[in-house]
Amino acid sequence: MAAVAEQVEAPADLRPEIVGRNPWALAARRLWRNRIAMAALVLFVLIVVACLAAPLYAQYVAHVNPFTPNLNGTTVINGKVVPVMQQGGGALKLGETPIGPTWDPHHYFLGADDLGRDVAALLLYGGRSSLVIGIGSAVICCVIATVVALIAGFFGGITDSILSRIMDVIWAFPVFLLAFSIATELLTHSSGFQFGPVHVSATSLWVPTIIIAFIYVPYVYRPVRGQVLSVVRKEFVEAAIASGASNLRLVFSEVLPNVVSTVIVLLPLMVATTILTEVALSFLTIGVQPPNVSWGTIISDGEDLLYTRPWVSLAPGIMIVLTVLALNVLGDGVRDALDPRAKLRVEG
Amino acid sequence: MRLVRTVPAVVARRAARHPLRWSGAALVALALAVAGCGSNSSSSPSAAPSSTATPGGTFTILANSSFGVADPAQNYTLEEWQLLIDTHDGLTGFAKVGGVPGTKIVPDLATSIPLATNGGKTYVFHIRHGIKFSNGQVLTPSDFVTTFERQFSVPGPTSFYSDIVGASACSTKGCNLSKGVIANDSAYTLTINLTAPDPEIMDQLALPFAYAVPADTSLKLLGNNVPPGTGPYMWKSYNPNTEAVLVRNPYFKVWSADAQPAGYPNEIIEKYGLLVSDEVTEVMNGEANEVFDGDQIPSDQLTQLNSAKYVGQVHVNTLTADWYFALNTRTPPFNNADARQAINYAANRSAYVKIAGGPSLAVPACQILPPNFPSYVPYCPYTTGAQTVWTGPNVDKAKQLVKASGTAGMKVVVDGTNDQVGKALVEQMVSDLDSIGYKASAQLLAGTIQYPFVQNSTNSSKWNVGWSAWYQDYPAPSDFLNVLLGCNSIHPNSDASPNIAAYCDQSTQAQINQAESEEAANPSGAAKLWTQVDHEDTLAAPWVDLYNPKQIDFLSKDVHGYEWNPQWYILIDRLWLS
Repeated sequence: MAAVAEQVEAPADLRPEIVGRNPWALAARRLWRNRIAMAALVLFVLIVVACLAAPLYAQYVAHVNPFTPNLNGTTVINGKVVPVMQQGGGALKLGETPIGPTWDPHHYFLGADDLGRDVAALLLYGGRSSLVIGIGSAVICCVIATVVALIAGFFGGITDSILSRIMDVIWAFPVFLLAFSIATELLTHSSGFQFGPVHVSATSLWVPTIIIAFIYVPYVYRPVRGQVLSVVRKEFVEAAIASGASNLRLVFSEVLPNVVSTVIVLLPLMVATTILTEVALSFLTIGVQPPNVSWGTIISDGEDLLYTRPWVSLAPGIMIVLTVLALNVLGDGVRDALDPRAKLRVEG
Repeated sequence: MRLVRTVPAVVARRAARHPLRWSGAALVALALAVAGCGSNSSSSPSAAPSSTATPGGTFTILANSSFGVADPAQNYTLEEWQLLIDTHDGLTGFAKVGGVPGTKIVPDLATSIPLATNGGKTYVFHIRHGIKFSNGQVLTPSDFVTTFERQFSVPGPTSFYSDIVGASACSTKGCNLSKGVIANDSAYTLTINLTAPDPEIMDQLALPFAYAVPADTSLKLLGNNVPPGTGPYMWKSYNPNTEAVLVRNPYFKVWSADAQPAGYPNEIIEKYGLLVSDEVTEVMNGEANEVFDGDQIPSDQLTQLNSAKYVGQVHVNTLTADWYFALNTRTPPFNNADARQAINYAANRSAYVKIAGGPSLAVPACQILPPNFPSYVPYCPYTTGAQTVWTGPNVDKAKQLVKASGTAGMKVVVDGTNDQVGKALVEQMVSDLDSIGYKASAQLLAGTIQYPFVQNSTNSSKWNVGWSAWYQDYPAPSDFLNVLLGCNSIHPNSDASPNIAAYCDQSTQAQINQAESEEAANPSGAAKLWTQVDHEDTLAAPWVDLYNPKQIDFLSKDVHGYEWNPQWYILIDRLWLS
């Protein structure tokens, strides 16, 4: 922890406030005082809570099962029973158009999609999938990248060379091409995958989660490894080595605590990135698979309805913008809180 | 033919041929079957070209993507075929007119349709004199030898002509058809010898694969170079990323107005790469003349096309095609006939029709043969009402059958394509399966992967219900019943095994063989047999037939003379511009 303390000692004007204080508490206090970051956190929490409430909304408010096509169903608008899918008019009667927003939470608040399903309920369920995959893959990615970076940076030499070259190979692939290739291969395994006692079905959310986590490992690995290389040369690490500390102790007690702030800063930004990647893959139909939905699949479903039923695509689009914006602003706030010198550098 | 934009490397077609020569009677039967039904909807009467038709101008088609490799020996897409029929000719052709007469086989580069000799195995064609290719070369019977040899030396759907003597020894390494296709350039005759009688040979000779190319054309794949043809137009250029340009063939003179009339536009351009929504907008604005009829117009714009403003520009026609889910008969639960019938009873076909764009764009179907097709007699055992037309699902009956089959609760994988419509169809099928007690899940693959995936038996353990669609190659019941459900259409470990369900019933196959053998001598008897086979296959339920699709042609305001041919669909060269 010596290095963390050393980092926050630098600004002379802050010194009287921080002497003897836990650096994590100081970071939390700085974050709490950052009103924009806190507003972003509140917004993100609200989105998460709303999405977690999806089953309650579907069951007790909208009274729908949003996973089942409802092409022959009906609903009520202004007291009148109307079909959810409405046949085109004119002489030709071409096409079937889902009903638009009724702005009535009990009856297709945001209208229906091309399968006659309630868009509002889908939106909340879709948010669950997008957030679970986004947060899950970012956490997995950061954990794997940190472990690999610690090994590479601490041991150096041939170990570092091999691990870094492996990361370079993964990095060399365009992100979406790599994800597309892996997903297409995995999706043909209809029986799913068996990992020891654990069975993962081909349509499980774990599949896109793991794929996205895997493709972004090098993106986190690089900065964390750089940080590890910098920390292992510090005097307090040399002092620990001189005092006979084992490699395990050195890594987990001396190096890891001094690079974890980098990972924490990266985490919300990675969540934003992985959510966007999940949305993109799902939009391309190789991410979340039916019956699950995500914001990406809803946008994809609404693609052919952009002129007549724009809310099918607009609603998840707005949710994505708000979520990613919140995470990016929060990420900036976390960085400023954990590394005030970086903020001072930026502000001159 | 499966409507695909990219060509499967090899699409195995017919593994077996059955005795009997082709007969005009079959066409009479077809005409009778189609008469009154009409291939066109009320919105698009198959009008004859106006007397004020004037040649000239450039006709521009917009297509989302190109048709891939252009070599006519390989290309198997409607998109290129609609252009090849204007640039090339075969020994025979489908009459180039709209409506029912368009299914009639007429002599094209041959002076007449010959009668078979040698027990139905030999045909002697007399070739027309004085016809020139677009490069000025005179057409001779020898040109056809190269044409047919290219069918085997160029990778493609060779089995259309695999009954020609010597064809079995041909491969992409070389081909010698000297005993199967004999040209006599002095007598101007071409003799075709078959190993077995083929009742459909004249239909097959009318397909673009058999269109004449000069004798000196390379036997190797020509890629995107289309060899010269004899039609009213010639290929000026083709770039799959930008456009295809057809201009008038300076050497063309009309020899048969039925087979190959002179076209109206001076130039035909097909442009590639636009979104379909943009194609529609351009045609609405008069900046182009046609949205390629294989492109699916988004639901949004269908609503726009309903406007009275576009009534004269939109033409809707019923296709002789099936959209269906094949049931994998190799593995449980659908190796059980009760289980197969159960999902047929449970399938909510009105929902599938809505996915296809509603009743104006699709008709619910239960049976294999499509309406307006030879030997078609309405039959639908899987409904609540009378057993001729589908009126609604019978879920109670379906549940009883599932219980009787002992397959309740089994996991079922529904495989389909990942485009909008494909995904919706799969999700509806998953819902239908769940409603009768299965645990269904979706498996969505890109269209180019999905079709070979479900055909190849090595993947048969990975899916239970597989989406597919089939559009007629030519109007013969065998094109559905034998190609898609015949025992000889199962090719293990091949990506080209069109019997996706792997359904094989030897007694039905015997009836198919008998129907083919009786087609010339006893056409009405053969027609009854085909009907029987259709109904037996429907009852055996190797598929869940969903619907017969309709097709939209959207043209600009200045286009006149629209004709819809059941074989080739829109006849581009018959359109004229004001």
